[in-house]
Amino acid sequence: MNTNFSREVVLSDDEAMGRAGMSRRDFIKGIIATGASISAMGYVFGGCAGDMSSAPGAVERLISLNVNGRVRRVDVLPQETLAMTLRYKLGLTGTKLGCDRGECGACTVLVDDVAMYSCSTLTHRVRGRSVVTVEGLEGEDGDLHPVQRAFIEELGPQCGFCTPGQVMSAVALLNINPSPTREEARVAMSGTLCRCGAYDNYLNSVMRAAKEAS
Amino acid sequence: MLRDMMANFELYQPTAIDHALNLMNRYGDGGWVLAGGQDSFDWFKDRAKKPGAVIDINGIDDLHGIRETADGIEIGALTTLTEIETSALIKEKYGVLADAARHVASPQIRNVGTIGGNVCQDTRCWYYRYGLDCYRAGGNTCYADTPEGIDREHCLFGADRCIAVSPSDTAPALVALDARMVVVNGDGEKEVQAEDFFIGPDVDIMRMTILQPGDLLKSIVIPNTWAGARFYFEKVAERNTWDFALVNIAAAMKVDNNAIADIRMACGGVACVPLRLTVVEEVVKGSPQNGASADLAASAASRGATPLNYNGFKIPLMESLVKRAIRES
Ligand SMILES: Cc1cc2nc3c(=O)[nH]c(=O)nc-3n(C[C@H](O)[C@H](O)[C@H](O)COP(=O)(O)OP(=O)(O)OC[C@H]3O[C@@H](n4cnc5c(N)ncnc54)[C@H](O)[C@@H]3O)c2cc1C
Ligand code: SF4
Ligand code: FES
Ligand code: FES
Repeated sequence: MNTNFSREVVLSDDEAMGRAGMSRRDFIKGIIATGASISAMGYVFGGCAGDMSSAPGAVERLISLNVNGRVRRVDVLPQETLAMTLRYKLGLTGTKLGCDRGECGACTVLVDDVAMYSCSTLTHRVRGRSVVTVEGLEGEDGDLHPVQRAFIEELGPQCGFCTPGQVMSAVALLNINPSPTREEARVAMSGTLCRCGAYDNYLNSVMRAAKEAS
Repeated sequence: MLRDMMANFELYQPTAIDHALNLMNRYGDGGWVLAGGQDSFDWFKDRAKKPGAVIDINGIDDLHGIRETADGIEIGALTTLTEIETSALIKEKYGVLADAARHVASPQIRNVGTIGGNVCQDTRCWYYRYGLDCYRAGGNTCYADTPEGIDREHCLFGADRCIAVSPSDTAPALVALDARMVVVNGDGEKEVQAEDFFIGPDVDIMRMTILQPGDLLKSIVIPNTWAGARFYFEKVAERNTWDFALVNIAAAMKVDNNAIADIRMACGGVACVPLRLTVVEEVVKGSPQNGASADLAASAASRGATPLNYNGFKIPLMESLVKRAIRES
C-alpha cells in the first residue's frame, strides 16, 4: 500500500470544497481523475493492506480491466471486491453499495452480460472479462439506453438508490429474454431490493422497455 | 470492528486440479477453497474466518459443466445454480434438482454460486456466523441452545451440543436422487453417497461435510435410477428471495397403478444434515398415492422430533410438506 497518503487532500476536505463551490461527489471524482486515487484508497482501506509481498503463483496486483468497453490499468488488492474497485479506484460511483453482503442488489453489474453482485465478486475474478456498469449503458451519442428511458417514462424510481441495480437487472434480463412475461420479469428483478417498494413501477418500466424494443 | 473490507489474504487462481491440490496441501488449515464465493465473502467480511490463502478454483475448466454419462449425469462442482436451473437435461430427467436450484437466494447469487459451494456451505446459525466462539467454532458452549437463545431456525433432530441446521436447498434434492459426491485429494479420487457426505455434530462438530482440508469436491454424479421419476420440491422461507429455508423438502417417487412403488425423500432445515426420511419411505411404499398415505407419512416424519424454545412450528410445517410431497409428486 502506498503510504504517501496526502495530508493536503485530507485537510482540504469540506472547507476547501465549499470554497471552490464543489460538491463532495465532484471532489472525490476529481481526486480519482487526477491519479490521486491512492489517497482515496488510504481512506477506504486504511491500514488493512498488511504485508503485500506475494508468494510465487499468487495473483499480480497490477491488472487490466475492461470496464464499459475501455481497458484500464488498476492496482487491485487480492481481497478487493469489484464494487470497491469500480467506486473507489475507477470513480464509477453509479454502482451503489447497499449491504455489501449480497442481500440487496444495489451493486449489480454485468460481467460478460451476466448480472452479478459486484460487492460479492473479487475484482481479480473479472480479469479478461467485460464489465458493464450503469455508466456504460448510454449510447455513443450520449443517449440513454432504452431501458433507462423506459424507467424514466414509467416513473420507475422513487428515491433512486436502488435504480442502477434495477436497471442492470433489467438489461441482463432483456439481453437473454427480449419479451418476458410480467412473471418472468418479476423473477429476474427479484434480486434487487427496493426500500421504497417501487417494485410495480419498476416492473412497468421493464415491460415498457421490452415492448418498445420489439 | 471493521466489518466490510476483507482482511488481507494471498489469492491463487490455479487452472488445473493438481495445482489446486498442491496449494491446498501447502496451506492446510490456513487455505480456503473459493468457488463462487457467495458464502465465503460473508465470513471474510465479518472477519469470522481469516484464511491466509484463498484458492480460487474457478479457472479450472475440468470442474465446470454438465455431462451425460452411461449411468446418468455428472455435474462439475463449479456448475452454477443458474446453469442447473436452466439445463434442459436436468429439467427433463431430474426436475427436482432444477427446482431446488431455482429456489436458492437470488438470481444474481445463482448466476455466480456453484452447486459445489451450495452443498459445502457452512451453517447459518447467526451466533456462529457472528464469530462467537461456540462449539462449532472450537469453543465450549452453544449460544443458541440457552433459555434466551433465539433458536427459531434451529434443529428438530440430531442435536448434539450444536443445534444448527443444514442450509442448502440443493442438498435434499441430491439425497432424494441418490447422488454421489466425487472427492479428490493428493491421494486420489473417491465417491461418497450424498447421504454420507453430510455429517452431524455427533460425527464432527466443526464440519458440515466429510471434506477435510486438502479435499476438493470435483463433481456430483446422479445415477439413472430416478431419471424421469415423479418429483416434488418445496421450500418455505420468510421471503421468496434471499431467505434460507425454514424447512424444505425433496422427493422422488415411482408410481405403479396408483401405488407408490418406490420413493426417496429428504428434508432440509430440520437437522444438521439433509435428513433422509427413511421411515416415511418404508411407511408409504406399496400404499396408494392418496391422502390417507400422506397422513400416515406425515406422522411418521415428525416422530422423534425434539422442538426447542422457538422452533415448534417446524413440526407441523415439516408434516405439511411431507403430506404434499406424497400427494403431489
Ligand atoms: C444473501 C444470501 C442468500 C442465500 N440464500 C441461500 C438459499 O436460499 N439457499 C441456499 O441453499 N443457499 C443460499 N445462500 C448460500 C450460498 O451463497 C449459495 O448457496 C451458493 O451456492 C454458494 O456457492 P458458492 O460457489 O458461491 O460458494 P463459496 O462461497 O465459493 O463456497 C462455500 C464453501 O464451500 C467450499 N467449497 C466450495 N466449492 C468447493 C469444492 N469444489 N470443493 C471443496 N470445497 C468447496 C468453500 O471452501 C466454502 O467453504 C445464500 C447466500 C447469501 C449471501
Ligand atoms: S447452534 Fe451450533 S453453530 Fe449455533 S451457537 Fe450453537 S454450537 Fe454454535
Ligand atoms: S451491496 Fe451488493 S448486494 Fe447489497
Ligand atoms: S427507489 Fe428508493 S430504494 Fe428503490
